[in-house]
Amino acid sequence: MAAGLPLSPGHAIAAALAALIGGTLAAVAWVAGGLSALSEWDMRALWFTLWQAALSATLSAVLAVPVARALARRQFPGRGLLVTLLGAPFILPVIVAIMGLIAVFGRNGALNEGLRALGLPEISIYGWQGVILAHVFFNLPLSVRLILQGWQAIPAERFRLAASLGFAPRDIARHLERPMLRAALPGVWLAVFLVCLTSFTVALALGGGPRATTVELAIYQAFRFDFDLGRAATLGLVQIGLCVGALMAARWIAIPASFGAGMDARGGPVAPGGWRRAADAAVIAAAAVFLLWPLAAVTALGLPRLTSLPAEVWDAAVRSVLMAVTSAGLALGACLALALAIARGRGRWIETAGMLPLIASPLVLGTGLFILLRGLVTPQQMALPVTVAINAAMALPFGLRALIPAARSLQADYGQLAASLDLRGWARLRYLTLPRLARPLGFAGGLAGALAMGDLGVITLFASDQPTLPLKLYQLMNSYRMEDAAAAAVLLMVLSFALFWLFDKGGRLDA
Amino acid sequence: MTLEFRDILVRQGQFTLTADLTLPRGGRFAVIGPSGSGKSTLLSLIGGYLSPDRGRLIWDGQDLADQAPGQRPVSTLFQNHNLFPHLSVKRNVGLGLRPDLRLDRHQQQRVAEALQQVGLAGMEERRPAALSGGQQSRVALARVLLRARPLLLLDEPFSALGPALKSEMLSLLSRIADDTGATVLMVTHDPADARAFAPQTVLIENGQARPPRPTGPLLDDPPPGLRAYLG
Repeated sequence: MAAGLPLSPGHAIAAALAALIGGTLAAVAWVAGGLSALSEWDMRALWFTLWQAALSATLSAVLAVPVARALARRQFPGRGLLVTLLGAPFILPVIVAIMGLIAVFGRNGALNEGLRALGLPEISIYGWQGVILAHVFFNLPLSVRLILQGWQAIPAERFRLAASLGFAPRDIARHLERPMLRAALPGVWLAVFLVCLTSFTVALALGGGPRATTVELAIYQAFRFDFDLGRAATLGLVQIGLCVGALMAARWIAIPASFGAGMDARGGPVAPGGWRRAADAAVIAAAAVFLLWPLAAVTALGLPRLTSLPAEVWDAAVRSVLMAVTSAGLALGACLALALAIARGRGRWIETAGMLPLIASPLVLGTGLFILLRGLVTPQQMALPVTVAINAAMALPFGLRALIPAARSLQADYGQLAASLDLRGWARLRYLTLPRLARPLGFAGGLAGALAMGDLGVITLFASDQPTLPLKLYQLMNSYRMEDAAAAAVLLMVLSFALFWLFDKGGRLDA
Repeated sequence: MTLEFRDILVRQGQFTLTADLTLPRGGRFAVIGPSGSGKSTLLSLIGGYLSPDRGRLIWDGQDLADQAPGQRPVSTLFQNHNLFPHLSVKRNVGLGLRPDLRLDRHQQQRVAEALQQVGLAGMEERRPAALSGGQQSRVALARVLLRARPLLLLDEPFSALGPALKSEMLSLLSRIADDTGATVLMVTHDPADARAFAPQTVLIENGQARPPRPTGPLLDDPPPGLRAYLG
């Protein structure tokens, strides 16, 4: 393009982002002791982080295959709704899901009530098994959606050909389905592994102790309880190493996009009858129950108490909504500037900068920012702004994934026309960019808002006198006010979904 | 006023295009050549979407190099995407007068008149998707009419239309070009269009844009490369 400034807002944002992430990582590295500073406890955290992520990923991927296959080949009322619901855990606050799992699998939950009635030994949700259960709860739906996309990507003609050749289900599996799974499963596994690698909230609420502490949780403990900044920073370096290593692996294994694809089921595999029909029904029912029961249980427990929640919970809710909206606004502005610069082909480093948050976990960034700012402001003062900024940064990779393809096709389809009409600056933004990108912008804003609303991560490092709603909920749980906690969980869930819905709807107003 | 290509060279990977020719004002030129010969490249050069690696492009004695596409004395009708689908017909045309769409009463009047001239009175509030292919072309032509730039580039904008509709658009275009006194360059695959619309033709072959020649004789006795292409 002949015209255009050498520096765009995209460049400025990318540089600021690189400075933020690079600066905090440098601060962490500066303060970190050598690896010898790590105790045996820390090495256990590293080991636990790796094997729980591997086991969570394996369980999620393996269990997802029969569910995805059943959904791919069966049509039933509510199928579309169920597939949509499978996307919900992505924006469901982690702490709410944990409340739900405790309501079902906890000591006073329905499951243990049943076991007691049968005279069987109880199971505990606390410990490594609880961490893995929660990870599977979150990632099974994600895996099902990804694998379902794989099934739907098999052209209908292949299934027609298979039917015309008289293939039995076994032959279809061998010639069509297994090759697809071989291609899709490594990416699914790695996507879940990456998510579980930086798991904090789940380990905080259900894990802990020598056998169920993740590196991310160990950072929090070193920072908060031991106030050993050097060790927290060293653990931060370990966490960065884990993320970088996993991302390197991701360069060889394509991670499929996890949302937004069409989910219509035209021309899927032939639905076999007989016992397979009953088995598919059972699998779908079991998955739906596993997904919905905890949420129903927490709703049943919390809904009646919603109106009698103490004022401090409502204060926390207002605070959280304001923070989430601010965070989403920041993330949207940054995403838009970055995506437009990337679509104009302004240098690969901008795209790299946008993906930088993937290598730094929230607690590592929080530790780094604390180190950088500690002389200037008190931890109390930095708690809320730092949380808002880190949540905005963490939402960038997701937002960019939604925006970059749309920005590219905008540039390819209308770039020349806009240039020929001298459509620039504010007029271009108003009459071309915003209307054309409204949908992905709304979607990205919804994701960013919901993720920020439900986040219980970096805020735990700092504050307790100005809690966000997730932190307030965690405090209620810790003081065993379970009914108030359940009511707060219902409020948090409603607010998170509402934020997502409002942004997403806003992007579709014109349609 | 003339459009001069002075010793121009464009390089895109393996592909090169050279041009050293002058187009007098007010003429109508067909641009003909095999697929991939560089017809669109020539238009992109004039439109400002490509910078030449060598040489100068001069309009009315001024080098165009420093002018952004929207500031050049050029209107372009692209092969696709000539309208913004999310904007009404009125706004799509109004963008030709002011990109920020702050039109005063007089300018709004001019938009309405332009739409009337292309036979779209009463369709101001429609979106492009609610129009036929021919009507969409008319909206783009109304904008060309309003912009009244002295150079008009056509990159096969009517190729998706049927023969009758296409010749209707070409005659409407002729009228507009006459009204505005524009110099027209039209990329085409169809010798009949070239004969009907353009007295002169710029032939592009072997990476070179040749100076314009009378269309009839050129097509009656084409050089070997063009003969193979025309079949």
